[in-house]
Amino acid sequence: MKPQVPAVDPKRAEAVFEDAKPRYTVQQAKVEANRCLYCHDAPCIKACPTDINIPEFIRKIGTGNVQGAARTILESNVLGTSCARVCPVEVLCVGDCVHNLQGVPPIQIGKLQRFATDAAMDAGWQFFEAGKDTGKSVGLVGAGPASLAAAHRLRRFGHKVTIYEKGNTLGGLNTTGVAPYKLKADASLAEVEWILSIGGIEIVSNVEVPTQLSWAELEKKHDALFLGLGLGADSWLDVPGKQLAGVRGAVDFIAELKAKPVDLSAVKHAVVVGGGNTAIDAVRELLVLKAKKVGALESVTMVYRGTEAGMSGYVHEWAYAKEEGAQVSWQAQPIAFEGKDRVTGLRCTRLDAAKKPIAGTDFTVPADLVLLAVGQAKLGALVAGLAGVKVDKGVIVTDEAGATGRPGVYAGGDCRNGGKEVVNAAGEGRDAAEAIDAFFKAGGRRG
Amino acid sequence: MVDLTTNCAGIVSPNPFWLASAPPANSGAQIQRAFEAGWGGAVWKTLGQPIQNVSSRFGAVGYRGTAAVGFNNIELITDRPLEVNFREIYETKKKFPKHAVVVSLMVETEAEWKEIIARAEDAGADGLELNFGCPHGMCERGMGSAVGQEPKVNERITGWVMKYAKKPVLVKLTPNVSDILPHGMAAKRGGANGVSLINTIKSIIGVDLDTFTPMPVVAGQSTNGGYCGSAVRPIALHMVGALARHREFGLPISGIGGVTNWRDAVEFLLLGASNVQVCTEVMLRGYRIVEDMIEGLSQYMEEKGFKSVQDMVGKAVPRFSEWGNLDMNYETVAKIDAAKCIGCQLCLVACHDGAHQCIHPSKDSAVRVPVVDEAECVGCNLCQIVCPVDGCITMAKVENGFPPASWNEHLSQGAKLRPKKGAH
Ligand SMILES: Cc1cc2nc3c(=O)[nH]c(=O)nc-3n(C[C@H](O)[C@H](O)[C@H](O)COP(=O)(O)OP(=O)(O)OC[C@H]3O[C@@H](n4cnc5c(N)ncnc54)[C@H](O)[C@@H]3O)c2cc1C
Ligand SMILES: Cc1cc2nc3c(=O)[nH]c(=O)nc-3n(C[C@H](O)[C@H](O)[C@H](O)COP(=O)(O)O)c2cc1C
Ligand code: SF4
Repeated sequence: MKPQVPAVDPKRAEAVFEDAKPRYTVQQAKVEANRCLYCHDAPCIKACPTDINIPEFIRKIGTGNVQGAARTILESNVLGTSCARVCPVEVLCVGDCVHNLQGVPPIQIGKLQRFATDAAMDAGWQFFEAGKDTGKSVGLVGAGPASLAAAHRLRRFGHKVTIYEKGNTLGGLNTTGVAPYKLKADASLAEVEWILSIGGIEIVSNVEVPTQLSWAELEKKHDALFLGLGLGADSWLDVPGKQLAGVRGAVDFIAELKAKPVDLSAVKHAVVVGGGNTAIDAVRELLVLKAKKVGALESVTMVYRGTEAGMSGYVHEWAYAKEEGAQVSWQAQPIAFEGKDRVTGLRCTRLDAAKKPIAGTDFTVPADLVLLAVGQAKLGALVAGLAGVKVDKGVIVTDEAGATGRPGVYAGGDCRNGGKEVVNAAGEGRDAAEAIDAFFKAGGRRG
Repeated sequence: MVDLTTNCAGIVSPNPFWLASAPPANSGAQIQRAFEAGWGGAVWKTLGQPIQNVSSRFGAVGYRGTAAVGFNNIELITDRPLEVNFREIYETKKKFPKHAVVVSLMVETEAEWKEIIARAEDAGADGLELNFGCPHGMCERGMGSAVGQEPKVNERITGWVMKYAKKPVLVKLTPNVSDILPHGMAAKRGGANGVSLINTIKSIIGVDLDTFTPMPVVAGQSTNGGYCGSAVRPIALHMVGALARHREFGLPISGIGGVTNWRDAVEFLLLGASNVQVCTEVMLRGYRIVEDMIEGLSQYMEEKGFKSVQDMVGKAVPRFSEWGNLDMNYETVAKIDAAKCIGCQLCLVACHDGAHQCIHPSKDSAVRVPVVDEAECVGCNLCQIVCPVDGCITMAKVENGFPPASWNEHLSQGAKLRPKKGAH
């Protein structure tokens, strides 16, 4: 039986967002495809964490073989549809296009990829089938990109697959986290449905491992395990007023606006604390809500303890945020949330170049909503009950293929790489599936 | 997946895509890599008395930023020892028994033909191709196009070959003739099982403006080369079609000349070729292009409901006729879709300077979409060709009330023709 993907709320706040990079028309795709030099051993392939054969799929778009283009993409990366929209291509494939070296605009690989994969989703093209049953079974924890990529590849090998997910939706942060102007929840779920259509991927939702289902039980049930846990809850600032209403984690807030309506009627001034990509995303999403006149938003301010040059968020993303009207306070350290029951302001102090507070520089930024984007907890600790699995700074330690120190236990995605992109999770999941298959072929002994 | 198995003159291959006899088919290692990439067959680089080549050897013409739309070369036949070639043919056939290995040959005397045919067949060749086409170097030695241009010589040598060959024989024709028919017929009279065409076209690819030397340059001198690549496809298509539609010809055809992708291949098949051979596009882009060719052809066949490659061979031939049979009363005019128009006005300038001055700027200077004067439009298609937007300019049929009438019917039966347009 085919597992159903959950429905989305049509009134959810993200519904008002528009595509930042709309789908190419046939004409646009053809012109762009024909600009590609079809490089040999292309740098763009090397820059793609799932090594999609980019020149090949672009050549196919140019000859009108869109179906073949989609197959080439999805063969390497079953999440190629969402990656086409959410990948930071500026620092991946597009950034390494050789056209950049002669001052010619680089090929818009993400847009071409979207052209081909959207066509595949629309038409329901199926390129892959499940392999002959091997009698082996794999349990995957978490239903994010890493587990989905692994599950699909494992099914192609013919292994039985069960995914355990603590939440009630599928797709991980692809559904609940990425900015709606790149990818909305319904598009992410459509991709999940396409992935599941290979058949035989069992989904067990609303079960948290190991609290509701122990590692021992999982290991008893399955011949191998894959951990695609992602990262944990938003980190918090330990300063006075931290419990006030209106102080929220950024990832938590984004998950809400992607799933349901949000009430911003009492929010004139929003502040986002942090300087990474989650912070920039939160700023840009609030600016869209402001422009769409959702709630009472008048200003959106980012408060970051470092300098503009030192921020960890992508330069191109921050450039968009500035264009869209973001305000910012650099080298500012929050020292208290002000207000009685609800937050009304963020008290800060200035930092010097060495990030030391400068005495007498305290100031207050008015704030009816403060989003904290200062990191997420790492979930590595969850695996404490699995002897042999090593965790370093919260991240699960594996070899190159994703094998942990415990035979038959593999990991991939954010819980293994500390928090990268969807495409990294997709690649690591796929590679771990290859390693699991090799493990079975070699006898699959748990030691 | 549809079955792409192809039979050309008795030579069977898993798909209709063969490497042409040229550098990509120069050695066993190369051809084996090509088969691994998906090519269905290969015509081995022409074997004969090994020669010595010059440098440089190649030239190309670009056009508006696209490199090598046309290509030319002054290379001769194989420069590798015959026994090495034969050993590699043997090894290749052993590793790829289902793929077609055709061996191209070019020698002079009957005795030489007899010997080389036996050696090629002993090595495992699935078929032979007679190179009567090379238009440079070899023809100065009385071979290549010097043979292909003389129907009597072509027939005689083909006849020798047919005496000794046990495997199917394709005669590779030269396009350096005014009419291809007598040459195809000569091969047929000689007993050939099929023909392949075209070989390259005599050409000078360019002239160096500083050294006053034609290209490619060999120590300050040059010579004519053989032209090939995408730009020659229309010439090759015509020659293939001319043979395919000739009532008495009827031999299988292997189509060559400017095939760059699956679309080009389909054109050759529709005009009567049983398969295609590719040289230049592989030289420019590598064996890997075959992946898209196989997929594109398979999807096309599925869409059109063709069960086998043979099903589509010649489908366009009945629609290829003489000018005198065309319907003179069929009238079209250009229509510009204002919603699609991007206002580049390339159609306007083309019509004004290159056609019949019937596309005009809008009277409203704020509107960039041009206007077609349909009363003057002769339906020539030029505007549609220069328009960079697909589907923006269409040629719409005009109901003018005249029943169909060809020029021949007009001459023989006095059929009534519509009044001329744009001839004032
Ligand atoms: C706000 C935000 C924006 C982002 N934007 C982008 C972007 O634009 N482009 C991009 O490429 N990447 C982006 N990322 C990063 C990207 O979302 C992640 O790298 C990717 O989703 C990681 O995939 P994963 O499968 O490892 O983990 P996740 O997507 O986090 O999935 C993990 C899944 O495991 C489940 N789970 C966790 N613990 C348990 C447990 N104990 N038991 C059962 N289930 C459990 C979770 O509920 C979740 O469904 C963004 C991240 C965030 C936070
Ligand atoms: C460099 C080069 C060498 C060639 N050598 C041969 C040859 O040895 N024998 C032959 O029959 N044709 C030879 N040809 C002609 C090709 O086989 C082919 O007929 C021609 O190039 C047209 O096909 P294309 O447009 O795909 O290149 C050669 C062509 C090139 C470009
Ligand atoms: S293509 Fe190869 S053989 Fe030819 S000139 Fe360049 S390097 Fe030399």
